[in-house]
Amino acid sequence: MNVIEVKGLKKSYDQVHAVRGVDLSILQGEIFALLGPNGAGKTTTVEILEGFRSRDAGEVSVLGFDPQIKGHAAREWRNRIGIVLQSAADAGDLTVLETIDHFSGYYSKPRNVSEVLNAVGLEEKSGALIRNLSGGQRRRLDVALGIIGSPELLFLDEPTTGFDPEARRSFWALIENLRGTGTTILLTTHYLDEAEALADRVAVINNGQIIEVSTPAELGGRATSKATVSWRDGEVLKSESTDNPTSIVTKLSAHFGGEIPELTITRPSLEDIYLTMIGGTHE
Amino acid sequence: MSKVPSALNLGIRRGGLEIRQFARQRESVVFTLLFPVILLVIFGSVFKDTIAPGVTFSQYFVAGMIASGLVNTGFQSLAITIPMERDVGGLKRLRGTPMPASSYFIGKAILISVSMVLQIILLFGFGLIFFGVQMPTDPAKWFTFVWLVLLGSTSSTALGIAFSIVPKSGRGASAVVSPIVIVLQFFSGVFFIFTQLPTWMQQFAAIFPLKWLTQGMRSVFLPDSFATQEVAKSWENGRTFLILIIWLAVGIFFSVRKFKWDRD
Repeated sequence: MNVIEVKGLKKSYDQVHAVRGVDLSILQGEIFALLGPNGAGKTTTVEILEGFRSRDAGEVSVLGFDPQIKGHAAREWRNRIGIVLQSAADAGDLTVLETIDHFSGYYSKPRNVSEVLNAVGLEEKSGALIRNLSGGQRRRLDVALGIIGSPELLFLDEPTTGFDPEARRSFWALIENLRGTGTTILLTTHYLDEAEALADRVAVINNGQIIEVSTPAELGGRATSKATVSWRDGEVLKSESTDNPTSIVTKLSAHFGGEIPELTITRPSLEDIYLTMIGGTHE
Repeated sequence: MSKVPSALNLGIRRGGLEIRQFARQRESVVFTLLFPVILLVIFGSVFKDTIAPGVTFSQYFVAGMIASGLVNTGFQSLAITIPMERDVGGLKRLRGTPMPASSYFIGKAILISVSMVLQIILLFGFGLIFFGVQMPTDPAKWFTFVWLVLLGSTSSTALGIAFSIVPKSGRGASAVVSPIVIVLQFFSGVFFIFTQLPTWMQQFAAIFPLKWLTQGMRSVFLPDSFATQEVAKSWENGRTFLILIIWLAVGIFFSVRKFKWDRD
């Protein structure tokens, strides 16, 4: 059974159709990225799956339950889920350790607190008050609180916003480790490189509908799209769009007698493909 | 399948956490615990009259201060701090965990009770030492005192949680909540002798719990001979009990049904 199964999901606010018929299937153990511009229906969709919002129409199953579940069954359901929200700035007067330890008490089979501290790289900050943490450290704490209950399914909403490049890399390594434990992860992000680095599959959502679901490498026909070969011929920069870059390179190599000046072969980046799909342009 | 911890168990854990957080906010600790004492010092020093044989204004005022402390510490502080917690996303995060709402409420009730007990001890201490406030000797009066504090602090907690849905943001919460509390304090006979207030004020105040808590506290701290000077010529403790129970039920109903975890 799929971890998340969504059919015909719809949600409107007043006159605005935020989500207009979304279908999704997320498999056990995969990292699934939901991409889309602001206002595309990304947050609404995820918040419905998290049980934070009601829906107008459609079927939703998360770990086999409707997220609108109530009462004690809802507690058992939440016991199996971890949620890392976009921003939380609460509990500034507690230490990192106190907070993680407290949250661990909410779950029936929590992870070991010091293991989680290590996993998110906060072991040296365990005694620090939360209000004294940097933005990146706070985000790591958010993740720690999301995974302390050893969830089967983890929601990660824009996890690396505001990170410097190094912090993002080490955060990605953390997520890779979680993949190793079999946790299913639903990631929403605006960073295309993040989706490419982490996700097994990506879905692009725009205007409240899913445009495509694919692997990052194949999205929008990316794997079969033409490559661009560029090189310098004397004073002139030349480039050619082709399905057969290797044969062009072979010919050029023969022409130049070995090295080809300033040779590059590029395929459209995930960002290029994505921007084409949502009808945007490079800034 | 493994079971999630019980709601009561988590509520007690939350109570411990709430107290720890509260204790680390030094300014609010000092303000919350010492504010009633400061008022007692001011009013006790200004009004040195005897308002009835054997009843000083300080004695009358201590009763009012304990009653209004219950409202300040429970209703006012929760109706202001919960919207702030909501603003910074803390409540939404809690809602995403298996911790039930009831545990969150129990945690708040524990925090309010502990802070109320400390407040009462301070108020008694200052009252005894500096203003000659007399403690009741009759065990029946102490019994009344205990149920008034218990019922007052739980209904004040429940109403504070319920009212936390009213302010749109944490920043505006104080402007919405504080005037209500201040007006009720004036109308309910905390700062002035209740029977000297205009009738319409007395009748308006009688709808709300603070008037009844104050009157109940007077039944504890003033001699029984004073009961004849009350509006109804008696302490009306039975009616006080009933009205507090009704307000407690109202508070619990709205807390459970309408509590807002998120800004939108």
